Amino acid sequence: MKAPLSWLKDYVDIDVTAQELSAKLFGCGFEVEELTEVGKDISGVVVGEVKECEPVEGTHLHVCKVDCGEHGVLQICCGADNVAAGIKAPVALIGATVYATAKDHVTIEGVVTIKKGKLRGIESYGMLCSGVEIGVSGDMFDGADYNGLLLLPSDWENGADVKPLLGLDDYIFDIGVTANRPDCQSILGMAREVAAVLGKPLKMPALTYDCVHSDNSVKVTDLAPDLCPRYIAHYVKDIKIAPSPLWMRKRLALCGLRSINNVVDITNFVLLEMGQPMHAFDLSTLSGREIVVRRARNGESITTLDDKTFELSRDNLVICDGDKPAALAGIMGGLNSEIENDTKELLFEAAKFARDSVRKTSRALGQHSDSSAMFEKGVNEYTTELAMNRALHLIEELGCGTITDVRCDVKTPYSHDGAKTITVSISKINALLGITVPTEVMCDILKKLDFGAEVDGDNMTLNVPPYREDIDGYPDIAEEIIRMYGYDHIHGTFMPTAAVTNGGFNDEQKAEYALKRTLTEQGLYEISTYSFYSEKDLDLLKIPADAPERKFIKIKNPIGEDLSVMRTTLAPSMLNTIVRNLRRGNMEGKLYEIAKVYIPKDLPLKDFPEEKKHICIGMFGNYDFFDLKGAVEAVADSLNCRFEYESAHISYLHPGVCAKITCGDKVLGYAGMLDPAISEELSLERKAFIAELDYEAVMSCAQPFRYKPLPKFPEVTRDLALVADADITCAQIEKAIRAACKYVTDVRLFDIYVGKQIGENKKSMAFTVTFTPADEAITPEKCDGYVKKILGNLSHNLNVVLR
Amino acid sequence: MIEERIEELKRKIDDMAKDIKSSKSLAELKTAFFGKQGEISELMKGMRDVPKEKRPEVGKIINALRDWANQRFDELEENVKKIELEELYKAQKIDVTMPGRKQPLGAYHPNTLVIRELVDIFSGMGFEVFEGPEIENDYYNFTALNTPKDHPARDMQDTFYITEDLLLRTQTSAGQIRVMEKKKPPIKILSPGKVYRSDDDATHSPMFGQMEGLVVDKGITLCDLKGMLDEFARKIFGSSVKTRLRPSYFPFTEPSVEVDVSCFECGGKGCRLCKGTGWIEVLGAGMVNRRVLEGCGIDPDEYTGFAFGMGIERIAMLKYGINNMKMLFEGDVRFLKQFKD
Repeated sequence: MKAPLSWLKDYVDIDVTAQELSAKLFGCGFEVEELTEVGKDISGVVVGEVKECEPVEGTHLHVCKVDCGEHGVLQICCGADNVAAGIKAPVALIGATVYATAKDHVTIEGVVTIKKGKLRGIESYGMLCSGVEIGVSGDMFDGADYNGLLLLPSDWENGADVKPLLGLDDYIFDIGVTANRPDCQSILGMAREVAAVLGKPLKMPALTYDCVHSDNSVKVTDLAPDLCPRYIAHYVKDIKIAPSPLWMRKRLALCGLRSINNVVDITNFVLLEMGQPMHAFDLSTLSGREIVVRRARNGESITTLDDKTFELSRDNLVICDGDKPAALAGIMGGLNSEIENDTKELLFEAAKFARDSVRKTSRALGQHSDSSAMFEKGVNEYTTELAMNRALHLIEELGCGTITDVRCDVKTPYSHDGAKTITVSISKINALLGITVPTEVMCDILKKLDFGAEVDGDNMTLNVPPYREDIDGYPDIAEEIIRMYGYDHIHGTFMPTAAVTNGGFNDEQKAEYALKRTLTEQGLYEISTYSFYSEKDLDLLKIPADAPERKFIKIKNPIGEDLSVMRTTLAPSMLNTIVRNLRRGNMEGKLYEIAKVYIPKDLPLKDFPEEKKHICIGMFGNYDFFDLKGAVEAVADSLNCRFEYESAHISYLHPGVCAKITCGDKVLGYAGMLDPAISEELSLERKAFIAELDYEAVMSCAQPFRYKPLPKFPEVTRDLALVADADITCAQIEKAIRAACKYVTDVRLFDIYVGKQIGENKKSMAFTVTFTPADEAITPEKCDGYVKKILGNLSHNLNVVLR
Repeated sequence: MIEERIEELKRKIDDMAKDIKSSKSLAELKTAFFGKQGEISELMKGMRDVPKEKRPEVGKIINALRDWANQRFDELEENVKKIELEELYKAQKIDVTMPGRKQPLGAYHPNTLVIRELVDIFSGMGFEVFEGPEIENDYYNFTALNTPKDHPARDMQDTFYITEDLLLRTQTSAGQIRVMEKKKPPIKILSPGKVYRSDDDATHSPMFGQMEGLVVDKGITLCDLKGMLDEFARKIFGSSVKTRLRPSYFPFTEPSVEVDVSCFECGGKGCRLCKGTGWIEVLGAGMVNRRVLEGCGIDPDEYTGFAFGMGIERIAMLKYGINNMKMLFEGDVRFLKQFKD
């Protein structure tokens, strides 16, 4: 919200600098996000009187002697067509900063510092300036739009700094207003806060006007009281459309609005000043001299002031005349009832429209305005009334019409003016704050904020101003008090009254951290990726159309297609991370992520979906499947359990390098090498490996840790070099070895060999088998017996023999 | 004569000893002397030719030779060992400036580190950790947090919707309600998690981490909030850091405050990090709104409480000096590997 200092000064006698005011507003809850001096780029420009002005032959230039008061009489060359002896104009002295303009003398191209110059051999000690060059428009100063010198009043003192004279020393506050204070989205609203914080009285703008009787009545019917709780219309006749006076144009310009004409400017001025959007209808265009506030009929349409046509529906509130929509309520007027230069009578509208209705219509139609923005923030009816009176006062002040006594003020059952009386407990306020604010200080603060304040023992009775719809109970009053009293009065205490509680992670949360530690200890880096991706990511992974991963939740209003689907698997995010790394020249890495996938119970989603954690491990670079499997095995180790692996098929993994991971009858997930076809499609320069596991399933495999006493007798190991058919797996052999002897506690493959000596379709595998004795030592003879049994089992079941 | 032969042998050993530089050649020499076919054996064999009466004498001489030789060989062996050790040292000399071999270490995501540090700080103050769902309904995310449908504060956050009612939570505060519905005071919870807002630019990410804290008990005051935040700020940013409260607005707290910490980079003098103000905004907080308590069946006249919420990435960025929020979600290994536990 933008507020010029000069405008605030109309309502409050501000006796501090802009910077000091900014600090005070910050302290009481209004952060000045930007404080800009209007003439921040302009310096060293003074009033100069052209004493002599001689044309330079053969050019359009004049050489002038300019009296700059205390700065002396300067010789200045000037090319403007309105330079003449006797005029006064701004002079940029040597060293001054002004705007540089393009050849058209209108387009600002930057800021320039004035130096001593020489034009056609004539020395020039400064520059006579136009309005554009010193940042003054015709709305700031009459005549400033002229493409030539800015002519200044003859009574301005030569040599005086032009900035204060032209209002360039003014400041614009850009103030952040929190959502609970729509009443401060206006100059008057901010002025109230400024008055309170400076302890000065508020000077209310003039609201009075005289009216004449008129028999030309106007009818207003509100058929949608829920969307329009209050509607005020006032009839003004004898309209004389004309430009607005400079003071009004200047105010609008400082807030960034262009002047249109007196009537339109009044509505804009009141919006800025009061925070109440207003509208003026050309009454002659309203059929039946009638206003009907209603929901649009399906298929009805309206063309707004900016010549855009909208198809309307029951959701859109419209202001109609006797038969057709004449305005999109709270958003924009219709072209059919626009104020024209020949408008003779008008109907002023000040209304309260429900913010949600304005917001929905504005969004649905993509039509936004300053008015709709204000209604969306919230308007109060006290101000609605105030604004109407202010607008009528301005009509009178500007002499642009005759105000009649015809006013229709429709107060529906949904209407309320916001004023209320509440009683709060002083001790409760202090109890909430944790300090004791002296009662007289409380009263003083609340009086400054216009709450009144009657104290009766512990009770304080307050008249809440009608524009303070945010005030709900004593905590709000506590906030009003402390923000004005100062938060520096709040000193730290340490919950002396609170019960002692036991904090920290619960067991499940601890277990997740332990799992992260395991993976981190394996040299993996933890990543965090977005919970949404694109359906295309699933296509890339060749996830089949009927796969459960395709049953996903879609975001209705995603930022883009890329981030539109809640993920059902982490693998695409991992692959994208790997691709990003490789593209950036990071040729190696081991990554993991523990994050949720979102599984709908049914689609379209009716109930909360299942949010399931998954573990995803990714490796890229000079690794192989067994590096990946090693990380998974480390997880099993950390849970004191063993996972089993068997060859499997997953759409995005290499069919020969892909394992299903199980534990007992639980399927935990998959691990494997990225399908080379996908690698090629992505032009990956390194192999990539991905494993994805169901977190809950994995954690459910955890076995409690128990210390195992060391064996009384030493363990015995035997190395067995076996020859097996090529399709026999390591796991089959291991299982057979374990099955044959209960003392086997570890079976470890340490060599594998394929070659001519072994024979076709055969392979040699060497295992170290560890036997752990129970009650008695394992002698070499006993061990030989076990080995014999093992070999027997191997050869009988798997056709595996000793090499 | 035997004596001559012995002298000759001694000379021979002395001669050969000069070239003994390794245990191998020493062993060869030893064998040549003591072995079955060695010189001493040969001498012993020659005993047969020695007249019987002379044998003890000759035997003595030979034994003396043996002793002499043994001693000599011991000396030689010691010498050889020395030589060989020197050679070993020389052969095994390395360039100690060559790089060391480290076990490759993994790294935790900075968010994990921050969450864990925050939980450490707050669990010491009695806060339990609660994690709520990320896909929430309108009630928990807004209505129960005193933000009904028509509320202006809904525009403060751009929400991702799934259906009319279900949405991606915009704040971990949603979890507050779930806790307060189930648990009655005293409540001290901390709720870390992912939240989502429809914002994607240089300083905003559509997904980010938040940590919500909530205390509800008898007699909880704004001063208690301040005291706890002071403690938090000192522990996470350094013992000299101070906090500052300033008025703000959140629908679910009243009064509401923004909390700044004094700039830990410049000590409050003003620098680039704090944009010259001496203060850095770190979180939003306030006293729990009565309506929120009421909605959860907690009597607001008996209990009061405070809540605070902070952005995990914001804390991580401040703590580690990360200048680009996007880096946290890109998974670039050059970034990740810097975050040791």
